[in-house]
Amino acid sequence: MADLTTDTTIVGRGNKDGARLFREWFDGLTQAAAEERGGAYVFVMGSLVELLRTFDLPIVFPEINSLQTAVRRVAHEYLNEAEDYGYSPDICGYVKADVATQLRGGELPMGRIPKPAIAVYTNACNTYIKWAEIWERMYHVPTFTLDVPGTRGEGAQTWRGHPDFENDCRYVQAQLQELIPLLETVTGIAFDIDRLRESMREANTMSRAWKRVLELNQARPSVFNALTDGTIFLGVANGFRGSPEGARYFEDLVEEMEYKSANGIGTLTDEQYRLIFVGVPCYPIFRRFSEMFTELGGNFVTSTYLRFASGGTSWGFEYDLDHPIESLAEGVLISVRDAMDNMFFQTGILLEMFDTFRADGIVYHPIKSCRTVSTGLADNRRALMKERDVPSLFIESDMMDRRVVSEAQLKNRIDAFFEGLAARRQQAAIRDP
Amino acid sequence: MAYAAGVDVGSTQTKAVIIDEDRNIVARSLTDTGANVIRAAEQAFHEALQAGDLREEEVEYVVGTGYGRYKVTFGNTQVTEISCHGRGAVHMFPESRTVVDMGGQDTKAISVSPTGEIVDFCMNDKCAAGTGRFLGAASSALDIPLDELGPTALRGEKAVKISTTCTVFAESEVLSWLGKGKKIEDILLGVHQSIAGRSTGLLRRVGIHEQVTFTGGVARNVAMVDALNRSLGLTVNVSDDSHYMGALGAALFALDHILAARAPARQDA
Repeated sequence: MADLTTDTTIVGRGNKDGARLFREWFDGLTQAAAEERGGAYVFVMGSLVELLRTFDLPIVFPEINSLQTAVRRVAHEYLNEAEDYGYSPDICGYVKADVATQLRGGELPMGRIPKPAIAVYTNACNTYIKWAEIWERMYHVPTFTLDVPGTRGEGAQTWRGHPDFENDCRYVQAQLQELIPLLETVTGIAFDIDRLRESMREANTMSRAWKRVLELNQARPSVFNALTDGTIFLGVANGFRGSPEGARYFEDLVEEMEYKSANGIGTLTDEQYRLIFVGVPCYPIFRRFSEMFTELGGNFVTSTYLRFASGGTSWGFEYDLDHPIESLAEGVLISVRDAMDNMFFQTGILLEMFDTFRADGIVYHPIKSCRTVSTGLADNRRALMKERDVPSLFIESDMMDRRVVSEAQLKNRIDAFFEGLAARRQQAAIRDP
Repeated sequence: MAYAAGVDVGSTQTKAVIIDEDRNIVARSLTDTGANVIRAAEQAFHEALQAGDLREEEVEYVVGTGYGRYKVTFGNTQVTEISCHGRGAVHMFPESRTVVDMGGQDTKAISVSPTGEIVDFCMNDKCAAGTGRFLGAASSALDIPLDELGPTALRGEKAVKISTTCTVFAESEVLSWLGKGKKIEDILLGVHQSIAGRSTGLLRRVGIHEQVTFTGGVARNVAMVDALNRSLGLTVNVSDDSHYMGALGAALFALDHILAARAPARQDA
């Protein structure tokens, strides 16, 4: 007789441990703030946390802090404060929530963040650069822009051995060699290449596991919700990159998802439709947004967000520990480039996802206050539909601002999308009985 | 004879349609939605029953649609008005491949298959410009009843260019044109052209494939039909029941349920 019991020590562990790690992370930040230790302010697309960690810098992800205010339903307080200060309603909601956080002395619902000692960011989002300038003016701290060359055109990625790739690697490496002395000056800690190797070793474990976790959701039924569970995984992937805790977390997550996959334990009891999410989640109604799909039998099996907001580590790139700096440059180049490709050159990526995940539809979610992610979505959708007859839904809201989130309007469109999916399935059954 | 009903609870008005097994409309009713959505749905349904001289138990299945579809508490199920307008339009005009539904608070462009299923759709987002509400603002600013807007606009000769994209500001723009001495007819012609232009933009997003059928309450406005025809460069289909198209589609879905429930019994027999 089959064993019908579920190992509850495994199932759900990723979400529980993720929440615990998150609390520990913020406890650490609160302590750093109390001790007046400056933090490294970084972003999800190319954070270089594995390097920054070796200088004992507390890691602050302002994007993650801001989205947390929306999930905890207090974002409007922060947005209003920034707008009262003079920011336009049209400015990125993440930026405004952070400005209000700084005006509040770093106070957030999850704890208190330290002031920046340095900001390190890439060009993957143009707002990153303007955002860092705010801290520069507020705190007179150094900021460092890592300029990462993007793909020259859709499907035109180059790799080791190609002159463009080699030039790009050298360009990134030269910038890293400028960053390291700056970090030494800011922290007063000498660069230790062996610590970097250790941190990169942990990052390798995480990258390998993260790629595997993403692949495991190809299972039918899917083993996690790419939108809700996935966001928890992303938090750990960013905040704990290069740490032993982060590496263990993802090894455990692989075990959990393999267990669920092997035992047919789906995230939904009756998975009817497998969907792909494109864009950034609607954090002001985070759970409800997902429920509007799950209560109709739809689950998000993967997303572009899981790829670009994890710094592009979905490739599973592993560093060569014998050549740490060169390899760090290569890894940053590949992962940030992939993050950008997932925003700007989506057509091929989505078609591949559609096939490998045996998806039924794609949901595009442009958000009002993020031009970087949203501008090209209508165009991308048209390009995709030209390539293939793929059911898709285009719904707009915001990642932070509940004033532009209309649940009734979203629900209406989502319901109509599912009616269309059902009709399409019915027609297919008639055509191919 | 079994009957099926559709109740379309819109933002402004609630419509009910009852059809027989042969898909003929046997009764229809229209009421203002107001603040009590549940009561509006009940009232529309009961008025339709009365108009068709039918008893409630004779109606075997009821589908609710529109924004208030979940408030049709006596309904058996709900279908979005997007699906219902598509279905209703193809029933009335079988060659319809594109549907434009202009209601009180939103305008929808719907691409449909020959059997009436949705292929794609697009709606105005969080803004009532290009919808019936925009006409309401003009009606209020000019103090002209809604049903006289169309005939008045058709008398216009030189349309005023309405540049605002916001219904709230439309009223002040209309007033400013009046202050500049523009004729009411020309201002209204401009208002209609502005709305038609925005609707055409939505239709382009889903692809304009003939035939195009115009549904919803605003389809009763002759100037809007004319402006849409000119903007699209074709003649749109308009039914006398355009206002009821959502409720009709809902009733057709209700009839599907009745017929599907009977199908196994027939096989057994």
